[in-house]
Amino acid sequence: MLNYIIKRIGIAIPTLLILIAVTFYLMHAAPGGPFTSEKPLPPQVLANIEAKYGLDQPIWRQMTTYLWGILTEFDFGPSYKYHSRTVNEIIGQGFPITLKYGFWSFIVAIGVGIPLGAIAAIRKNTWVDYFAVGVSIGAQVLPNFVLAPLLIIVFTLWLGWLPGGGWHGGDWEYLVMPVIALSTSYMASIARITRSSMLEVLNANYIRTARAKGLPTKTIFFRHVFKPSLLPVISYLGPAFVGLITGSVLIDIFFSTGGMGYFFVNAAFNRDYAVMMGITILVGALTILFSLIADLLYAWIDPKIRY
Amino acid sequence: MIVANKNKIVKLAENLTADEQTSGRSLWADARTRFMGNKAAITSLVILVLIVLFSFVGPYFAVWTYEQIDWNTMGSAATLGMPSIETGHYFGTDDLGRDLYSRVIQGTQISLMVGIVGATIAVVVGTLYGATSGYIGGRTDQIMMRIVDILMAIPFMFVLILLLVVFGRSIIMLFVGIGLLSWLDMSRIVRGQTLNLKNKEFIEAAQATGVSDYKIIIRHIVPNLLGIVAVYATLLVPGIIIAESFISFLGLGVQEPKTSWGALISEGAGTINYDTEWQLLVPLSFFIVTLFCIYFIGDGLRDALDPKER
Repeated sequence: MLNYIIKRIGIAIPTLLILIAVTFYLMHAAPGGPFTSEKPLPPQVLANIEAKYGLDQPIWRQMTTYLWGILTEFDFGPSYKYHSRTVNEIIGQGFPITLKYGFWSFIVAIGVGIPLGAIAAIRKNTWVDYFAVGVSIGAQVLPNFVLAPLLIIVFTLWLGWLPGGGWHGGDWEYLVMPVIALSTSYMASIARITRSSMLEVLNANYIRTARAKGLPTKTIFFRHVFKPSLLPVISYLGPAFVGLITGSVLIDIFFSTGGMGYFFVNAAFNRDYAVMMGITILVGALTILFSLIADLLYAWIDPKIRY
Repeated sequence: MIVANKNKIVKLAENLTADEQTSGRSLWADARTRFMGNKAAITSLVILVLIVLFSFVGPYFAVWTYEQIDWNTMGSAATLGMPSIETGHYFGTDDLGRDLYSRVIQGTQISLMVGIVGATIAVVVGTLYGATSGYIGGRTDQIMMRIVDILMAIPFMFVLILLLVVFGRSIIMLFVGIGLLSWLDMSRIVRGQTLNLKNKEFIEAAQATGVSDYKIIIRHIVPNLLGIVAVYATLLVPGIIIAESFISFLGLGVQEPKTSWGALISEGAGTINYDTEWQLLVPLSFFIVTLFCIYFIGDGLRDALDPKER
């Protein structure tokens, strides 16, 4: 196990370094610097600005400085557009918001998806099963950017129950629609995966043996069925996390929640490379960390994996 | 009893004596029969073909082009821009007074094209990469798959947006970016299949007769992978269309006056307050119906072709 953990971390670190290197070089491959504007600046002014941001240094030097700043002080440097703000401040403002509704979406996706899939598998070919399968097929063609406007039409315009956007410190009524829009497709995927893996386990020989020796259904389910059928779900958690983070960009734009996605897209329009780079690296690091945790969890649960 | 079954026996005897050469059923013929028997898949295929045809034939019936502004309806889309035959705006107008019928056709073309081109790039890269990795095996395989692992852990939408911002927002960049970032799953599936194939006798025979590795991969491995590749390519298309629509929804994808489903849905969603529901619902229905169709076709193909299901 320890070997596996070390090996797994051994992959995670180069991944992160590659991500940082790639984004960094991309930024510098961009035609026109971040301070190219319609009205050209006098060369002396431009040189001063570039010196201030360290852009006159050779690229490897810039990169090591940048990397060193991240590693030692968690410092992503200054924003190129909002001159008085650092990337850290911008992330600090957006990240807690993203974290809050992201966390709830994750909880909903797992907390609804797994039971739904499990019930569908146990009551195969009943209306519960058809409902679950229907939802999971429907959710495949209803990505968050389709669901979000539909939710607004129904809950804000027709029923008038929920506000159409905003954050207000994360009051529940501002949280409901973002969470539904963000979590539905992952909830459906988790339900589908749980259902099919649980069906496979339920048909396994050892379950028949357990039934034959007269164990109560509850014991069979919780002791013999539940754990092995969760394995495929765990390996899906990594991709689901990436999807949730990506989807949050859209949620921030559509519901004006003001999370990280808002700043990312704004930065994309303003060509504020420092902010884009900072957010991409942070998101990448989180993703890598999360898939590391998911993998370790998998190895811990699955007795067949021995490293 | 025996007499009652006489007909049957005679028929049987005839069949036996006729000595018909029963032609062997190939994998593809088998798959076709199975696919034809799948009603959902066939219906979806018909609808999808109709949508594709519509996107090519539709422009000939259009009164307005997709960038022409109807100044009469501009500003009063809710009343004058309603879908109607008389004004020539069969699907109504958008917020700027442009004909939604033509714009939806344009968007359909772009979105379908992104799906097909993106999937093609992903299939070519993924198949070759996976087949090479699986066939060569050993250390090369390990390194190549480790690279895939590393790339998989990168949040690809962020990197794609980054690419679009850095290299300018063009359709080509969008195609290439999406294609190059979605071959990873394909390469894993293909590698797994290749590992199964490479110990078969016909590969051994090819090796024994001195065929080069490159030719074995291209001539013997890849053709045998086509079934599974076809299935996953079909299942890849909706994901790619969704990715493109997502980016266009954010306003970072296809640029005006050209449009795509994502951009149209975004515009429609922006005006839902003004009693112009058709601006959202028309592109949305095209999007949903097409995705459903592709999904069912992919599902039908999987049932027909995936060896695991047999």
